[in-house]
Amino acid sequence: MVDVVLWSSLRRFADDKTSVEVDADTVGGILSGLIHLHPALKPHIERGVSVSVDGTIIASGRNEPVAHDSEVVLLQRIKGG
Amino acid sequence: MALDDLRTKEFRVVGTRPIRPDGIDKVTGRAKFGADVTASGMLHGAILRSPHPHARILSIDVSRAIAEPAVKAVVTRADFAGNLEGEDWNVLENIMAGERALYDGHAIAAVAATSALSARDALKLIDVTYEKLPFVTDVDEAIRPGAPVIREGAADESVPEGLHPNIVRYHENGHGDVEKGFAEADLVIERSFVTEATHQGYIEPHACLAQLGPDGKGELWCCTQGHFAAARICAKLVGIDASQLRVTPSEIGGGFGGKTTVFIEPVALALSRKANRPVKIVMSRSEVFRATGPTSSASMNVKIGMRKNGDITAAEGEFRLQGGAFPNAPMEFAAMCAFAPYDLEHVRSRGWDILCNRPKQAAYRAPGSPMGAFAVESVIDELCNRLKLDPIEVRLRNAVKEGARAAFGPRFQRIGLIETLEQAKAHPHYMAELKPGQGRGVSCGFWFNHSGETSVSLALSYDGTVSLSVGTPDIGGSRASMCQMAAEELGIPYENVRTTIADTGSLGYNDISHGSRVTYASGLATIRAAQDTIRKLCARAAARWEIDEEAVVWEDGHARPAGPNAGEFEPLSLAAIAADMGETGGPIAGHFEITPNGAGVSFATHIVDAEVDRETGAAKVVRYTVVQDAGKAIHPSYVEGQYQGGAVQGIGWALNEEYVYGDDGCLQNAGFLDYRMPVASDLPFIDTVIVEVPNPGHPYGVRGVGETSICPPLAAIANAVSNAADVRMTHLPMSPPRLLKAIQEKELG
Repeated sequence: MVDVVLWSSLRRFADDKTSVEVDADTVGGILSGLIHLHPALKPHIERGVSVSVDGTIIASGRNEPVAHDSEVVLLQRIKGG
Repeated sequence: MALDDLRTKEFRVVGTRPIRPDGIDKVTGRAKFGADVTASGMLHGAILRSPHPHARILSIDVSRAIAEPAVKAVVTRADFAGNLEGEDWNVLENIMAGERALYDGHAIAAVAATSALSARDALKLIDVTYEKLPFVTDVDEAIRPGAPVIREGAADESVPEGLHPNIVRYHENGHGDVEKGFAEADLVIERSFVTEATHQGYIEPHACLAQLGPDGKGELWCCTQGHFAAARICAKLVGIDASQLRVTPSEIGGGFGGKTTVFIEPVALALSRKANRPVKIVMSRSEVFRATGPTSSASMNVKIGMRKNGDITAAEGEFRLQGGAFPNAPMEFAAMCAFAPYDLEHVRSRGWDILCNRPKQAAYRAPGSPMGAFAVESVIDELCNRLKLDPIEVRLRNAVKEGARAAFGPRFQRIGLIETLEQAKAHPHYMAELKPGQGRGVSCGFWFNHSGETSVSLALSYDGTVSLSVGTPDIGGSRASMCQMAAEELGIPYENVRTTIADTGSLGYNDISHGSRVTYASGLATIRAAQDTIRKLCARAAARWEIDEEAVVWEDGHARPAGPNAGEFEPLSLAAIAADMGETGGPIAGHFEITPNGAGVSFATHIVDAEVDRETGAAKVVRYTVVQDAGKAIHPSYVEGQYQGGAVQGIGWALNEEYVYGDDGCLQNAGFLDYRMPVASDLPFIDTVIVEVPNPGHPYGVRGVGETSICPPLAAIANAVSNAADVRMTHLPMSPPRLLKAIQEKELG
């Protein structure tokens, strides 16, 4: 299981949890798992998010591997100017 | 390559300062910018724009315009295909109004005629009946009870119930217990801040030439930061397949984030299809100001607690950003970046995206981060002053380093903030004495940097020179750095590589040149494409020597036997292998496609000295030093240019630039005479220090440098001016009237 930390304002869409445990080994699996466990997260995730895995910010890349002891943080989708 | 290897790697071409490949074109006028492209039979387009900040469009009668012999086509919203999806859903509504005009300058209709003058004249023959609607242009006014609602029901799920309908997105991040942290502080300061909207100010206006025939095949030449994205969006808006629209980017006269989307390109395509002739549109400066993306304006509150020893005990920020009449103000980045330089046990940031009757904001170098840094770094400066602490020592005491938890959530990998602070502290600028009437300001800044889809192709010529094709428009010198990285890997001279920005029909999809991603992502792909080429070169050498491919290595631009067991052969140069490639297996080319995920974040520290005339309120920056982590500077001159450019744009934003709206809701200063950008005589020499803490996510350690340089200036300049004037400035720009008023109010008590 991977412990996924949510940004604060997402928590009310996940039963007020600070983090959610997801059974997944890829970034895509994490996102699908979050939606499965907490369907209210779906519109937020589908609008686009980035995922930090052990400090590497993955702006897109659903196939990126994730270890069960990785620090995983959901972030707003990173873009720039 | 491991991080330790990066620190010791010896470079041959990378890190040198060769002559830029586009230099002669630019200084002789040979370079082709957006407005320089022409075609036989070309028409000229012009766009009718709303004179009202908010109005219902009751009718548009184009009959008088189309009756003019010079007019060959007129388009309105009805001439475009359906809306886009995802984050681009509102592009169509911005480039051509539907039922309502949402801001002064919003496009209503467009004309193509045989001359630019005829097109502009024909706009006067289009009869539009408007019903004026209530409007609001100020971010704080927009969320007051009774403020006109710009889009009913536009708020997404993130917005808590009960808030004003003009609040359309909400974000919150942080950790710990801020109230507990504030209780532990010796001093808590809370302040409110305002920054006005500014424009990216690129010198080249938006320009394009479009050709779209009745067969659904099109060509588009335009100045853009992202021609692949332009092709994708434009094709949808005119209802053709993306592969049928080939987009070629021109040279670009500045973008800074403002050319990451489309404005006139779909309009020119629609006009071209209707007239069955090429159509060129060039925006006037007034149109650029009124209808293309300025940055957001912001209203913010920041509260920070500090112990007497300089430890920050808690920090809290509220960031309200307006992004025009469309939901996309970068409030989440203001909230996420504002406290990123500091290792905080208790921190909370909240952001609100607010609609106003203004043009749709566009990214402007690290969108959102400069505003957030202005508010936070101003409060830290005030805390330092009140507690009589050195501002760099305090920042060093609280600075994040590898393993620290960022205010926005993750733990940082290897980062260089402390290195920038130590270099700033040791810089002669920081130790120099100030003259009477001067003040010094310091600020840190942070930006994420980005990666994105990237595709690169590298082809050998028979003479051993190299053509490198990349898909990221060169907005900051990337062609030079790509040549350097290819030359470095291949072991050939820099001059033997030419980099071309390929059109959309010649290369796989590439994300926009944004997010400081190009030197990182296209550079990474260039290195990998060169390595792909080297594998093929080694294979040709192995075949010639009749040994295994694994027994050949590439060193100093030559294929060599890997060791004595491989046999004794004269090394083969790249040119020697290329010379007979047609007879040894065919053309040799390498390529690489990736969406990399290792764009290292970056930090900067700026030092500013400012001088204030207390009689006029005029402020002048007299000395400026930028210290920033580049990871690895491929071409140091370009890196320094990015640092200097960020500082200069920050000086304009901090001291003079602002969108001024009248009581009628219309922009009052849509031109460079009234919108005061800094010129050379306003500026001191901008000194730069390149810190190199390698990014483990890039083969050479590169971090993006284009955006972080604009994060600290607003705060560093505001702190310098505040210290010089002895009054805390919380509203940008600190224009003479605003600064004089603050000085006089303080003197009057």
